[in-house]
Amino acid sequence: MRERGDPGALAENIMHFARVLRAAGVPIGPATVVDAVDAMRFGAVRSREDFYWALHAFFVRKREHHVLFDEAFRLFWRNPQVLERMLDTMLPTIEMPQDARQKDSARRRVAEAFLHGLDRKYDDLPPPKVELDATYAASGEEVLKTRDFEQMSAEELERAKEAIARLRLPLHEVRTRRTRAARTGPAVDLRASLRAAMRTGGDVLALKKRRQVVRHPPLVVLCDISGSMSRYARMVLHFLHAITGARDRVHVFTFGTRLTNITRALARRDVDDALAEVAKEVKDWSGGTRIGEALHAFNRDWSRRVLGQGAVVLLITDGLDRDAGRGLEREVERLHMSCRRLVWLNPLLRWDGFEPKALGVRAILPHVDEFRPVHNIESLEALAAALSDPRVAERGRRLAA
Amino acid sequence: MTETLPTSIDATEALLTGGGYVADRALSTALFLSLRMGRPLFLEGEAGVGKTEIAKVLSATLGLPLVRLQCYEGLDTAAAVYEWNYAAQMIEIRLAEAEGIRDRAQLGTDIFSERFLIRRPILQALQPADTGRAILLIDELDRTDEPFEAYLLEVLSDFQVTVPEIGTIRAKEPPIVIITSNRTREIHDALKRRCLYHWVDYPDAARELEILHAKVPHAPEALTAEIVAFVQALREEDLFKLPGVAETIDWATALVELDRLSLDPETINDTLGVVLKYQDDIEKVRGGEARRILDKVKADLAARG
Repeated sequence: MRERGDPGALAENIMHFARVLRAAGVPIGPATVVDAVDAMRFGAVRSREDFYWALHAFFVRKREHHVLFDEAFRLFWRNPQVLERMLDTMLPTIEMPQDARQKDSARRRVAEAFLHGLDRKYDDLPPPKVELDATYAASGEEVLKTRDFEQMSAEELERAKEAIARLRLPLHEVRTRRTRAARTGPAVDLRASLRAAMRTGGDVLALKKRRQVVRHPPLVVLCDISGSMSRYARMVLHFLHAITGARDRVHVFTFGTRLTNITRALARRDVDDALAEVAKEVKDWSGGTRIGEALHAFNRDWSRRVLGQGAVVLLITDGLDRDAGRGLEREVERLHMSCRRLVWLNPLLRWDGFEPKALGVRAILPHVDEFRPVHNIESLEALAAALSDPRVAERGRRLAA
Repeated sequence: MTETLPTSIDATEALLTGGGYVADRALSTALFLSLRMGRPLFLEGEAGVGKTEIAKVLSATLGLPLVRLQCYEGLDTAAAVYEWNYAAQMIEIRLAEAEGIRDRAQLGTDIFSERFLIRRPILQALQPADTGRAILLIDELDRTDEPFEAYLLEVLSDFQVTVPEIGTIRAKEPPIVIITSNRTREIHDALKRRCLYHWVDYPDAARELEILHAKVPHAPEALTAEIVAFVQALREEDLFKLPGVAETIDWATALVELDRLSLDPETINDTLGVVLKYQDDIEKVRGGEARRILDKVKADLAARG
């Protein structure tokens, strides 16, 4: 707000502020910016606090974005020019893929159209004196590693691709409360019956039927990517990418020392793109395992959000836990009660005579509905079959979601 | 417009306070803007923080009828928008037959007229019985499935509904729309984009105290302060379900019913089920933990005077 009462400058600054937020990762469409500027016309916003919350109402659409907004607001509205220029100096240095650059230019065009008449030349401004501290502090005790998926051997990749091509995930389905018109069914479709009766003037009333719609429940995958699992985890991720593309309502999380939601990353169509994204997001690749803690984080932060619709949960881990199973049983029990069905995939099962000796394994075992090996392509295929098995589908003891 | 909407954020805040709702500045601002711009207000937050209450209070203070659409899995247009009154239609057909009316086209128009239309919440909100506008509360939208959410897009942006047999029904005065979600799943961005968003958080101690004063006015002052401090401390604990404002109010009401003047460990243990709704959580807090929190709460309150 450089010049109070001058809507031009305010509009412009709101637009720049929106760009800062966008750069910080808050998705804001141009229409929202126009709305926000529009709202300022009411003249109701007088104090800085009101201004803050007014912009907040428009720009923040997710709770997670509140922190970003708060930080950006504090920095930006303290001295708008600095940030505006800082943003400009940063833009060319970011290596963007072609399509991203195009998007950016499109956005800029919209912004320029929106600022029509305001002729502004950044070149005229004195060179910016902005120093950015680009060093990231290492995060305490955990050693964070990112692993490049390209390290997968050619043969491995070939096999994985082959397997994925062959894999069909038959969809186990459950009945929903929604109904649709059908040739036969338990309920009468009065609307359709009456429509049909109109044809005869009401003389003959042929009953049309409805039956319940079936659809598959959401699938939630919790995948262990710690050191002991890393060989299998890569293959499993290929598999997960395939099923993410094949059906909707799949949520995928990885865990080692921390829990990461990689659903969005896996949603990319191309498997290599998707895995590259995953590699970027997962910070604890091939580290230690704290299953109990990861499950605790999942139960607390995510279970209500992704298990609410009666999800099937796939837990992929060898059960070897750094915390020796402490607190694990409680969390697995909680997880089990919150979902429709809990399937445990364990690569250690490949050995005949596997005995559940590890404490982690013993803690998980009593609470799973199904226990399966997953160490090669065949076992993945068996898993696909298991997911569609209706036998254990309906279980009485779910917590109310 | 028959009713007067608040013209400033302060007025919005006063309006809510007048209805017994203690709102913070953020919520008042979001609500003011949504009223002013005719946009739906999307409220997200944990269960029991007072999302639904806002719509009720608005209805009471603005004197507008409240139309509530409670969402559930399997909600379809027949239950949410309109349905034909089949029984009446069939009687009409029979009567027409008895009178020997053979004009089928006329009969068709007759029985698919507004006379036989049953209005469900959304249609009611678009065409309230008396002239003027309604408040449409779409409660717990996250419980419906995606197709219904997509259907809402048309309703919320144009405030119109299409009934094939009759045509498009448009609201003369768009309703004030409040949407709530408990976040059991993410609502699609397309819908959120049409709304103003606000995350309703647990209140801070000062605001929760005000809320209790408004909702349980006859509770002893010392007890109220202790309850608020205790619940605030509970929200710091690692629990599966943190207590919401609704639980705080329930607890205060319960303790008043029990004629308690202040908190003591036995009372807490006996009434913990009012505040915590999971057995794990209750077990965790009952006994030693409750005593520890209570001691700290009492010490803090004493220190503050």
